[in-house]
Amino acid sequence: MAIAGEDFSVIASDTRLSQGFSIHSRDLPKTYKLSNSTVLGACGFHGDVLTLTKVINARLKIYENEHHKKMSTTAIAAMLSTMLYYRRFFPYYVYNIVAGLDDEGKGCVFSFDPVGSYERESYRAGGSASSMLQPLLDNQIGFKNQQGVERLPLSKDKVVNLVKDVFISASERDIYTGDGIIINIITKDGVQEERFPLRRD
Amino acid sequence: METQFTTEFWRNGPTPGGLYQFPGQGNNQKVSQYGPAKHTLNLSRLMKVNDSTIIGAGGDYADYQFLKSLIEQRVIEEECLNDGFNYTPNSLYSWLTRVMYNRRSNFNPLWNVFVVGGLQNGEPFLGYIDKIGIAYQAPTIATGYGAYIAQPLLREAYEKNPNMSLTDAERHIDRCLKILYYRDARSLNKYEVAIVTKDGSIVKGPISSNPNWEVAKMIKGYE
Repeated sequence: MAIAGEDFSVIASDTRLSQGFSIHSRDLPKTYKLSNSTVLGACGFHGDVLTLTKVINARLKIYENEHHKKMSTTAIAAMLSTMLYYRRFFPYYVYNIVAGLDDEGKGCVFSFDPVGSYERESYRAGGSASSMLQPLLDNQIGFKNQQGVERLPLSKDKVVNLVKDVFISASERDIYTGDGIIINIITKDGVQEERFPLRRD
Repeated sequence: METQFTTEFWRNGPTPGGLYQFPGQGNNQKVSQYGPAKHTLNLSRLMKVNDSTIIGAGGDYADYQFLKSLIEQRVIEEECLNDGFNYTPNSLYSWLTRVMYNRRSNFNPLWNVFVVGGLQNGEPFLGYIDKIGIAYQAPTIATGYGAYIAQPLLREAYEKNPNMSLTDAERHIDRCLKILYYRDARSLNKYEVAIVTKDGSIVKGPISSNPNWEVAKMIKGYE
């Protein structure tokens, strides 16, 4: 899940890799750092996630060598969309969320479906617990179904604490969520990682 | 063009590869691995790739033999170059992941699960790859029935003592296989262990553990 702030964005995932009733790994984050200002969150079929992230990283290197600069977050999002749609009739079974800073230094979040439809949003939850995370974000970040609230800009600490609360709740109900989370905080100074333990059952 | 894909396969016992990794004491970095041998035949499912790399396989034996001969050929070609480079656990793991993913993407998977182990720049390496290209690295890995029975035991042992010695690790492997032998009616009390240390890699076995069936006579109701 990812949340965009004024001059930062936060993207977090749990670190569990499951298949059916088995836990493959308790320490496998689903966030992938693409550059100093962009982090990708990818879940779904792990084989496709591995392939997709490998191809993305190769494309980023090609871009860097051709243009002598890093790819911007917005450009990465646009590229990912075409990469996914290229496989429209044999899709990558991957749900993606791209978070980072845009060209103006503002926090941004892009959410994707597996075949490349995407949009820029201010917050988004994805994956097996998305149906539990998203309504909470709608209420707390989007101020949905609230009356007479003051829309104050989000602080980093508030977002990080909300992410932890939301994941704790999800791990209570969703068997595919648990073990721990990795929170990536993206600012103009780069990507900062924070770990937080979850229940391991 | 007519194409034929896997419809039947010959499996090698219901408990495919399982495996254990531990950083040894001091500089004594080691990795060990197990995999039961097939029935009364001595069919090995462990392969020594080179002095730093081993793999264990589960699933279809013919597909394993196909990949084994492919890897053996590539190891020979690599040695002929004589440039000082060789397969490392990580490089073999990456390559195998791509092969498995590519085959599943062509709707013709190799029906195996692989565990790659060894020493990567002196550090212990352990990786899992399955027939559809799911791959990950972890300090303990078990597959098949072992994922349900051995993996929790191995995780517990590793969590209690991440720096265990080779003898400790072998003891844990033996305990896991013994429990698997108790619990899995289609298994046999015979297994192999592959070990990688900084001094090289070996495949040991076949080994039998000492089961204790004392409690068996107390079980009633199945006469």
